[in-house]
Amino acid sequence: MKKVFSRPKSLKRAPFHYCPGCGHSLLHRIIGEVIDEMNLQERIIGIPPAGCAVLAYFYFDIDMGEASHGRGAALATGMKRALPDRVVFTYQGDGDIAAIGTAETIHAASRGENFSTIFVNNGVYGMTGGQMAPTTILGQNTTTSPGGREERRDGFPVNLSEMLAVAKGSAYIERTAVNSPANILKTKKAIAKAFRVQMEGYGFSLIEVLSPCPTNWKMEPVEACKWIDEVMAVHFPLGVLKDITGDKKDAH
Amino acid sequence: MPKVLMRGNHVVAESAVRAGCRFYFGYPITPQNEIPEYMSERLSKLDGGVFIQAESEIASIHMVIGASMAGGRAMTSSSGPGISLKQEGISFLSALELPAVIVNMSRGGPGLGNIAPSQSDYFQATRGGGHGDYRTIVLAPNSCQELANLTYKAFDLADKYRIPVVILGDGMLGQMMEPVELPPEVQIKKLPHKDWILTGAKGRPSRFLRSLILDPFEEEEHNWKLMRKYERITKEETKWETSFADDAKLMVVAFGSAARIAKGAIKRMRDEGLKVGLIRPISLWPFPYKAIKELTKKVRRFFVFEMNMGQMLEDVKLALEGDGEVHFYGRPGGIILTPLEISRVISSYYYQKRLG
Repeated sequence: MKKVFSRPKSLKRAPFHYCPGCGHSLLHRIIGEVIDEMNLQERIIGIPPAGCAVLAYFYFDIDMGEASHGRGAALATGMKRALPDRVVFTYQGDGDIAAIGTAETIHAASRGENFSTIFVNNGVYGMTGGQMAPTTILGQNTTTSPGGREERRDGFPVNLSEMLAVAKGSAYIERTAVNSPANILKTKKAIAKAFRVQMEGYGFSLIEVLSPCPTNWKMEPVEACKWIDEVMAVHFPLGVLKDITGDKKDAH
Repeated sequence: MPKVLMRGNHVVAESAVRAGCRFYFGYPITPQNEIPEYMSERLSKLDGGVFIQAESEIASIHMVIGASMAGGRAMTSSSGPGISLKQEGISFLSALELPAVIVNMSRGGPGLGNIAPSQSDYFQATRGGGHGDYRTIVLAPNSCQELANLTYKAFDLADKYRIPVVILGDGMLGQMMEPVELPPEVQIKKLPHKDWILTGAKGRPSRFLRSLILDPFEEEEHNWKLMRKYERITKEETKWETSFADDAKLMVVAFGSAARIAKGAIKRMRDEGLKVGLIRPISLWPFPYKAIKELTKKVRRFFVFEMNMGQMLEDVKLALEGDGEVHFYGRPGGIILTPLEISRVISSYYYQKRLG
């Protein structure tokens, strides 16, 4: 019988600890598939964040070095400069990258550091229990924006990817989502392209992934996926924000 | 080797390169700017040399973490306020057991303070300003030659014990020029192999480096493991120097620049017949507790001189365990005494205590 579905080689035989309906498990899997398909398992190094995905090193069967909250881009800078022929990626949440690590990220992009970032945007601080994130949209209820985020009290959400697209040193910035089979496939293609952009030496690449957090959004998983399309993606539109490769074949 | 006349900050940078440091990440702050300036030029001309002027001290210490995880000899340097910002990374370096060298050319504080030489970062360096149970090796040079020797040695210690090593200098050491014999260049390829670094899992099982240990029993075990390492370092790496100790009736305890000034004062007092000696801790952690305690067999009075409000003083008291008598004289805020000035203070104490 032909085997049509199996665990990617670059994922360990370990069940994910993520909540039902969480986007991290999906994203781990497709990153694993990309690593396998691009034959990178022996030359890629991942940098997991502080946050829900901190335990990523229990799931990926690749070299991984944990960063403290927000410092992934700085750590990746040091690592990639030391190992220019390896592929280095950070995996960061919205609080990590768009609040405490904004400076590190914007400067790494501006220097054109040649690594890739997977930026998981679920609009809340998940691991700490659902507090307001820099990407929490106006009106969204969190444990620290009771009654919904209100601009005069809480300020506006941060569109980090748009800011990074302006940075002269960034090469490829795309926003995708993992809320439907079509979007999952697009995310996978985008991640593969980010790694290729890095391997070809173009500079900083980042894929922002809108990702459901049913637990902290207090929604059913199906409802959470719909909410991404109907509400979240209105504030964070999907699509390629920057691409200096001139590469048309990957456009989608 | 012929001697060269060099500025302290340049000595640190050149000695680091000769020790095999190829990764420097920093951020400008006075009085250590000559270190990044020198490194930017020197490393850009070396194969595999990396210099980055980071966006912050926080970023620079985490770049050090990245390069260290990848197996490189990496360093950063700063002064007081910048070292405060690096504390997060120093805690992570300690937890992850990563080698790194951190230079603090300290200045007057707290806050922005000033850019004059001060020793007020002793607590920060020896107790750790970061969170968690950890220790860093802290070396306190007192001359440009020692800046060279200790910077060079710091990289070996960092690799040997997988620990961050702090060089605690001050603005005076960083800025002054002295003749120095520079250490030889190491062959990076001949440095001991590191079997824990992240290079991509080629031909071996994958590895990970982490500091999150959720299981308290596992975290406790990790802490005990660090503790055993710290005990080994205490046993093997405690360094100090004594001068004029044999017949001393009064022992001055001072480190770094203060010890250099005190030594000048003691020579002056010896000329006048005062029996004053000096013990100078070279490693501030591990601190030479035993060596100081040992002195009580011959001498009862100790005079601690620091360019701060009395920080090493606490370690001296811990060392003496209530034995002997400790007198403290300190000048915080960036004041540098001359040997003549401090000799007057010490000798008046000497006569008050009827030692002469």
